[in-house]
Amino acid sequence: MTEHDHDHARTFQPDHAEPTSEAAQLGLALRELLLEAGHYSVEEEQTMIAAMQGASPENGAKIVAQAWTNAPYKARLLDNGANAIRELGFDLDPFEFTVMDNSKNIHNVIVCTLCSCYPRSLLGMSPAWYKSSSYRARIVREPRAVLTEFGVSLSDDIDVRVHDSTAELRYMVLPQRPAGTDGWSQDQLAALVTRDSLIGVQRELGTASTVGD
Amino acid sequence: MSEPVFTLGQRVRIIDRTPSTHHRVPAYAKGQVGTIERICGVHGDPEKFIRGSGQPPQRLYRVRIPQTMLWEAYDGGPNDMLDIEIFENWLELAT
Repeated sequence: MTEHDHDHARTFQPDHAEPTSEAAQLGLALRELLLEAGHYSVEEEQTMIAAMQGASPENGAKIVAQAWTNAPYKARLLDNGANAIRELGFDLDPFEFTVMDNSKNIHNVIVCTLCSCYPRSLLGMSPAWYKSSSYRARIVREPRAVLTEFGVSLSDDIDVRVHDSTAELRYMVLPQRPAGTDGWSQDQLAALVTRDSLIGVQRELGTASTVGD
Repeated sequence: MSEPVFTLGQRVRIIDRTPSTHHRVPAYAKGQVGTIERICGVHGDPEKFIRGSGQPPQRLYRVRIPQTMLWEAYDGGPNDMLDIEIFENWLELAT
């Protein structure tokens, strides 16, 4: 023991642990085999990691702002989301990107009950609750109760549509444009759009604190 | 790939079977009747991907099922819907 121990104790942060579980070892071994067999290269892996790290809900917000301000674009987006986001420089290949339009009488919400499918290379990592077994089990069975817990209370004249992402489609909700935003720029509008509204666990978007940001 | 077997709006039943291997139909949807909401193109068969290349591919549909048909004592109206992606080989015409 030395007199420095206290300082060390205050500043000490453990390293990331070496993988010890069988599953983690298996993952590492599989990666090395795939690289060795030439299924992909280290460079391609780095490119993919960089692309994943660049993904965030802001990409979705840009798409939403474009749809809010450009009716023909909105129509193309709802008709074929994969093609429409390519116009803005985004690509979700090989998945079919599918956009669900909220309206006065319809509220959409997204889930993957089987695992946790999410348009990750566009919107970034999904939130932890999206992957929880509780959300996945309950949002299909009692969506109105779950939405209430998220702060979304739906009147009886609003129909709920739950979209279970079980296969090759990846979903995003197109929230409604808030009132009082006439004449706003696309950047101003995009700043209103939240990750949760793109999943469908938020319905109303605020307009208070974003102008001029 | 041939033309879609099912058409928009057609009533279909999701087949109730449980292969021992990976498949993409959750238990709650098996045996349920809905309508074809969207025809979604042709994709590799997830049940074949585990031992190869996903061949032959399968056409994918979105099936719309009223929530009140899925759940007893559902806490919402008859227009609340569950939309789910189902491959063609899991669908049959409902009478």
